[in-house]
Amino acid sequence: MTFVRAVVERDLKLYMRGVVDLIGVWMFFGIAIAMLPLSIGPDPDILSRIAPGAAWAIALLASMLSLERVFAPDQLDGSLDLLLLHAPSAHVLVLAKGFAHWLVTGLPFVVLAPVAAIALGMELRGVLPLAGALLIGTPALSLIGTVGAALTAPLRRGGILAALIVLPQTIPVLIFGTAAVSETLMGRDSSAYFSVLGAFTLAALALAPYAGNAALRAVRS
Amino acid sequence: MAKALHRLANPARFLRIASPLLPWIAAGAAVCGGLGLWFGLVGSPPDYQQGDAARIMYVHVPAAWNALAGYAGLAVASAIALVWRHPLALVAARCIAPIGACFTVIAIATGSIWGHPMWGTWWVWDARLTSVVVLLFLYLGYIALLHAFDEQETGERAATVLALIGAVNLPVIKFSVDWWNTLHQPASILRFGGPSIDPAMLLPLMLMAGGFTLLFAYLVIIRMQTELARRRVMALRRAALAVSQPGDA
Repeated sequence: MTFVRAVVERDLKLYMRGVVDLIGVWMFFGIAIAMLPLSIGPDPDILSRIAPGAAWAIALLASMLSLERVFAPDQLDGSLDLLLLHAPSAHVLVLAKGFAHWLVTGLPFVVLAPVAAIALGMELRGVLPLAGALLIGTPALSLIGTVGAALTAPLRRGGILAALIVLPQTIPVLIFGTAAVSETLMGRDSSAYFSVLGAFTLAALALAPYAGNAALRAVRS
Repeated sequence: MAKALHRLANPARFLRIASPLLPWIAAGAAVCGGLGLWFGLVGSPPDYQQGDAARIMYVHVPAAWNALAGYAGLAVASAIALVWRHPLALVAARCIAPIGACFTVIAIATGSIWGHPMWGTWWVWDARLTSVVVLLFLYLGYIALLHAFDEQETGERAATVLALIGAVNLPVIKFSVDWWNTLHQPASILRFGGPSIDPAMLLPLMLMAGGFTLLFAYLVIIRMQTELARRRVMALRRAALAVSQPGDA
């Protein structure tokens, strides 16, 4: 536990050192939401109908932007060797890395959800479900993303490749995350969608450490 | 089973077994494909609803089957490579990937060509079509990761892990896409087939499926032969270099 805390604190400190990049990611989320009405048109009917899906898709894309910073810098300066040496197991390290990634590029989207909802003309009763769905679903995105980051750790420009291999794997989260919000907005019982979304996050929590461990072993030897 | 696998880990032994088989596989693919084409284009009746357009099924369906089976093969080869550190399984996996991707593209393209006269559109976001597109993305991701590393072996090991992640996730993705498709009721489209398929159509379909599968196997073995030969050339070059410049080796 102390190891997890130390890694998360260290990662957060490193993320904050390059906070401009992070603000860039959060701004990407806001700007991409703002671009949508410009390309699709200001019709409130259309915008409010696509709002849940748009917010989810953009959150997904934004969370891919910083994958390059999860493992690659540590691999480059050798600190990944030290981290793995001190970790109780590589699985724990993967979990800690995923959690730190979620804190800076998952949780902020939950906070920004009301802004996205208002900007896209979503009904206000959809704000809470959107934030809730993002809160439940984005950890899965960060965990799957961490595995992708591990697979591309030694690459100089692994960010795009990581996004490329991670995006297809996140389709279930995207589908059920959007469905949870839009079903709530249509006044139907959406608890099943939230449950499935939670199941994906729990499954990612259980499986990502093993996949991440295998990935780190595969690319570093 | 494991023992038989280990026997095949020796590339020379693999080539001794595979190379003589190759002409037979090629002949089988040609015979099955030729017969299948004849029965499919000439010897079978046109579909009562779709007319002659339905004949593209004899290419489309076997390609789609092989696209899926190819990914299964990729996953099995990757699992064997990961568990038993089987060197030839790594070679097999990397040789399957581009061929599987090609068959996926064939399935999508022929489906599109078939869809245009039948559904009135080249593309609909139907559950099956979407799943096949995702399959193509999985293949392409595998190939991209395979070639991203300077060291060939690192790329192979990384791609192996990715193939297994994809294999575990694929059923979940498929389930999600099916769910998504029933959630967003698509415009009603004409669906292929009824409860059963006429034997006159089943025969060419099965022949073509056999032909496609043999063709797949043929291409994979050819690629594996080439890959093994290439590695041998590389090793020989390295050895020659070590002899001429002993200081660097």
